[in-house]
Amino acid sequence: MKIINCPINGPRPVSEFFYWGQMRVMPDPVASSDDEWADYVFNCNGAPGVKREWWCHTPSNTWFIIERDTEKDQIVRTYLYGEEE
Amino acid sequence: MPWRLLRFVTSGKHPEPQMFTHHDGLKKVYDAVIIGAGGHGLAAAYYLARDHGMTNVCVLEKGYIGGGNTGRNTTIIRSNYITPEGVQFYDTSVKLWQDLSQDFDLNLFYATRGHYTLAHTDAALRTMRWRAEVNKHCGVESEVVGPEELRREIPMMDMSCGGHAPIIGALYHAPGAIARHDAVAWGYGRGADQRGVQIHQQTEVLGIEVTAGRVSGVRTSRGFIATSKVLCAVAGSTPRILDMIGVRSPIYIHPLQAMVSEPMKPWLDPILVSGSLHVYISQSARGELVLGASLDPYELHSTRSTLDFTEGLAAHMLELFPFLSHVKIVRQWAGMADMTPDFAPIMGKTPIEGFYLDAGWGTWGFKATPVSGKTMAHTMVTDTPHPLITGFSLDRFRNYALTGEKGAASVGH
Ligand SMILES: Cc1cc2nc3c(=O)[nH]c(=O)nc-3n(C[C@H](O)[C@H](O)[C@H](O)COP(=O)(O)OP(=O)(O)OC[C@H]3O[C@@H](n4cnc5c(N)ncnc54)[C@H](O)[C@@H]3O)c2cc1C
Repeated sequence: MKIINCPINGPRPVSEFFYWGQMRVMPDPVASSDDEWADYVFNCNGAPGVKREWWCHTPSNTWFIIERDTEKDQIVRTYLYGEEE
Repeated sequence: MPWRLLRFVTSGKHPEPQMFTHHDGLKKVYDAVIIGAGGHGLAAAYYLARDHGMTNVCVLEKGYIGGGNTGRNTTIIRSNYITPEGVQFYDTSVKLWQDLSQDFDLNLFYATRGHYTLAHTDAALRTMRWRAEVNKHCGVESEVVGPEELRREIPMMDMSCGGHAPIIGALYHAPGAIARHDAVAWGYGRGADQRGVQIHQQTEVLGIEVTAGRVSGVRTSRGFIATSKVLCAVAGSTPRILDMIGVRSPIYIHPLQAMVSEPMKPWLDPILVSGSLHVYISQSARGELVLGASLDPYELHSTRSTLDFTEGLAAHMLELFPFLSHVKIVRQWAGMADMTPDFAPIMGKTPIEGFYLDAGWGTWGFKATPVSGKTMAHTMVTDTPHPLITGFSLDRFRNYALTGEKGAASVGH
């Protein structure tokens, strides 16, 4: 993986991007149990697979989603949050 | 070519001693199965056999002995961590390292060189004073030193780092050492093998059988094995194995890369680390500079290497040692580091009875090879975590009781 397709700026070298980890859904802090909350805070899906991740194109501060195969290091697609068809 | 050599080559018989016993197949039942023939798995097997007389044990390895992070690391051994749990644990390891060559009757090239962690900022120096105090309290040699000593001990270093990150002091740790990593795996492996443990290479674990919350067997690429105790010591593959039994963990995998230069005359005795410049460096017995940096910036389950890494590391290295600009890099590689949020390992029991975990070794686990083998063997035999590892249980993430080791582990190895 050397080039990433930024949804706003098009293909740019990977060094312009910043990885911010897997996309996760926050459970309701009031309704969730201590165990559920700890699971959300600490645990992750660490096994390889196609994952949805937050990335940022730093020169333009564009935050977006990459779907990436974390074993092959191949991007499936990129899109702005909420604009997934 | 000498006549005897020619005859040896053409005879088809190569009667040199074999380091490991060849086994035709797997047994149907073992008292314990260890997944992963890295240093940690083999050390556990060794201490199970030597200290606990447990020899109906097999070690399963999908590749070859020591082919994981054990054979890919930069071999820095030290105990100047920041939490008392960490310091005591790693100090026990440093002591075990001392007579390992004797134990194995194999030269590990264990060399005590001294270890400097460079400070370029007041904040770094403050953490170092803290570390030195915790270390001394636990009886570990560790002290903050000033620029004069560094100038004297490492005369080749540019103390101003090109003007923008001047070195203002360092944490000095006299017991800091390096060792030959392959030999560590071979030594533990041979010691276990000689005591009756079976090591099966090219044997991948594909599944784990759990019956009523207890381990009952292991499915491998070469058939099924029944067992009631499994130790998982697979470093960068830990999340895959945990997925097989549905245990959640905070472990995430990023590659860690390293490289070596062409060999040169000895000029650098101690081991150097700079957290601010994200580099560490030592000179091996062969004269090569062994160079490392921080983790790759994103999750990846592969051991590819990148030019970005070489360029970044070389640039920082030149800030410390401008005279290296003519030196060539000869090799570069990567390992998969199993990282944890608090930079401490995850060791001990799991929610599945009989399933023991030795993981979360990230970028710092080579130095722990002897002590983790010893404490995991104890934990498996007694089914109770060894007192030295209670601070490292998987439970700590459920109980919000982290063992914050980041201040001493990142880049420092
Ligand atoms: C570049 C680099 C530099 C490092 N530098 C240092 C350092 O200076 N000091 C330090 O203390 N630590 C360092 N480390 C960390 C250290 O290398 C590791 O923490 C340590 O070697 C882990 O040993 P291990 O035996 O647990 O794992 P490994 O040596 O990785 O062994 C695990 C084994 O399990 C096998 N396996 C995986 N899945 C399966 C399966 N399904 N079935 C069967 N077998 C399987 C693998 O093939 C592998 O051989 C570094 C790591 C890297 C990558």
